[in-house]
Amino acid sequence: MGAYNWNWPILLKEPYFGWIVSGFGKTILIAVLAWAIAFPLGSAIGIARTAESRALRFAGTAYVDLFRNIPLLVQMFLWYFVVPELLPSDWGRWVKRDMPYPQFLTAVICLGLYTASRVGEQVRSGIESIPRGQRNAALAIGLTQFQVYRHVLIPVAYRTIIPPLTSDFLGVFKNSSLALTIGVLELTSQARQIEEYTFAAFEAFTVATVLYCMVTGLVILIMRIVENRTRIPGAITVGAS
Amino acid sequence: MFAGFDFGILWANAPFLWNGILLTLQLTALAVTGGLLLGVVLAVMRLSSVKPLAWAVEGYVNFLRSMPLILVIFWFYTLVPKLTGRPVSGFYSVLIAFIMFEAAYYSEIIRAGISSVRRGQISAAMALGLTRLQAMRYVILPQALRNMTPVLLTQSIVMLQDTSLVYVVGLRDFLTSADIVASRDNRPTELYMFVALVFLVVCFSASRLVNRLRRRYAL
Amino acid sequence: MIELKNVSKWYGPFRVLDDCTMGIAKGEVVVICGPSGSGKSTLIKCINGLEPFKLGTITVDGVSVGDRATNLPKLRSRIGMVFQNFELFPHMTAVENIVLAQQKVLGRDRASAEAKAQVLLERMGLAEHGAKYPAQLSGGQQQRVAIARALAMQPDVMLFDEPTSALDPETIGEVLAVMKALADEGMTMMVVTHEMDFAKRVADWVVVFDHGRVIEQGPPKQIFEAPLVARTRDFLSHLGWHGESTAEAEHATRSAKGA
Repeated sequence: MGAYNWNWPILLKEPYFGWIVSGFGKTILIAVLAWAIAFPLGSAIGIARTAESRALRFAGTAYVDLFRNIPLLVQMFLWYFVVPELLPSDWGRWVKRDMPYPQFLTAVICLGLYTASRVGEQVRSGIESIPRGQRNAALAIGLTQFQVYRHVLIPVAYRTIIPPLTSDFLGVFKNSSLALTIGVLELTSQARQIEEYTFAAFEAFTVATVLYCMVTGLVILIMRIVENRTRIPGAITVGAS
Repeated sequence: MFAGFDFGILWANAPFLWNGILLTLQLTALAVTGGLLLGVVLAVMRLSSVKPLAWAVEGYVNFLRSMPLILVIFWFYTLVPKLTGRPVSGFYSVLIAFIMFEAAYYSEIIRAGISSVRRGQISAAMALGLTRLQAMRYVILPQALRNMTPVLLTQSIVMLQDTSLVYVVGLRDFLTSADIVASRDNRPTELYMFVALVFLVVCFSASRLVNRLRRRYAL
Repeated sequence: MIELKNVSKWYGPFRVLDDCTMGIAKGEVVVICGPSGSGKSTLIKCINGLEPFKLGTITVDGVSVGDRATNLPKLRSRIGMVFQNFELFPHMTAVENIVLAQQKVLGRDRASAEAKAQVLLERMGLAEHGAKYPAQLSGGQQQRVAIARALAMQPDVMLFDEPTSALDPETIGEVLAVMKALADEGMTMMVVTHEMDFAKRVADWVVVFDHGRVIEQGPPKQIFEAPLVARTRDFLSHLGWHGESTAEAEHATRSAKGA
């Protein structure tokens, strides 16, 4: 590697160590908050796409098509630069001047709404994978549409989609790195910043890489446990990704 | 809502934006090609009976899939010039990053496609006296290709969107070019909405085509 | 024609095949029966080398299957095999299924291969279905195409691995009829099956399998009317066989219950 001066200890010195910690913390916070939006919203969208009502199905499909066909980075810019301009003038002014943590909140909302489209897709395919006969049997014993979803479809569908949902959850962690483009100092941007200040590129990026891998490993482990706990006895499930 | 916006700015900067589009297309085409080639090699290694080879590829794929693409771009952007000892243009560093990254995803799709062919098909082919190679060529691969082609195409559409991330190293693709104009003339709305619209139309049409393909050739 | 001597296969403590010895002469029809999981499918797949075995010898017309020097593809082209799940190639039509191995293994030209395919399809009663894809055919039709595919190679012996287990009761009959016709024409056949009626009427020799070993073998008359081993009697009675045809046994049971 030629003339490269290794400098691992510098990462333990302030302010660099503090940067890593705060960056990592921001990454986790963005991911968790975005998921808190994405999961319920995505579930609603997924359910809407399997509903009897044509209008609901269309709305759900339109949402997914919109958010899946525009690059996430473009969406981020739209939320940060364009939406404030398009809002009615009072709201626009508040967003531009008085809203706390504008970059952070924008990133969370953008990521949350984008991931909701992915969750929506998983939920839809999970519900559709249940044979039509189940829905018919449930209706035949007198359950309402709502009850059919609540007691028959959703409990089975969500167990089926644990592996792809895990994948999407990990995706939120990885996509949080896009927040750096609007100025949020999450983990990847902090690593870049350390590299710019200390020229310890290899060391800085390695730390970031290791932290991302640790998060991934931990999430996969937890999801395996969840999958085992919620497994229906005797049913065959697909392994986690 | 759209009063006060000047969409003429798009026309005024058309050549500059067009160059950005060209770079995006170039990068995507090269990355898809390179990624597929490497992906095939990785998939074959993963399916081979040589255990260390299979594990190495599995490790590589899992590793690359745990990291954000932006970080991978930064890695290769800083590493490639250091490794070759010479200054390398940003385009090539980024291209290598994309190829290495996408190959991991492609190899998984290819591997799944081949594994999805029923085991009994290999037995039936071999019971007729076909060699392993003939069985692969006439029975397994045709079926595997039909299964995996729609997924590979979908992943390539994702790749097209991913190229926008070259923004972080300043490479002048479509989005970055639009961003340059937007910042210079303070007209973010027109530019970013234009970029969004173009991607929306292109990716949506492409997905529709893939769906039609999938329905026609499904086994 | 085929000789199995002391064939054994195991995974750790689990014995899949235990010291199996049997044979089949040219023109004979041998039926192998036994409870599920007894190893019958594994045994028949050892004969054409699809499954490896650890001990013993299998020779087909003098060629040793376990020998490293043996050209397996060449050997397999002389042995026809029909599978429980038909295993037709879904991306090819019926005719293309039958033509593939003729061209690639036997080197026949396309025209004569297709002609032969058409003749075989007519024999199976499927003359108009040649251009159809497997997904467009019923289970019984698919299995008959599978039999035609194997016959196109002009094999010296046909192996059947539970050929009717995946079929509806109505279609089982049409496949068994084809198999009986083959036997009447003098084809050497080894059939793994639960269809005891077929065994009684068509087999020259019956082998009873359990837990990986041959517990009894002999002519059908012996096995079905006067088995020597108690286990054989148990197995047959489980299948509803009480020394008479199944229908008579049912009738006897019903009148005994005072229906």
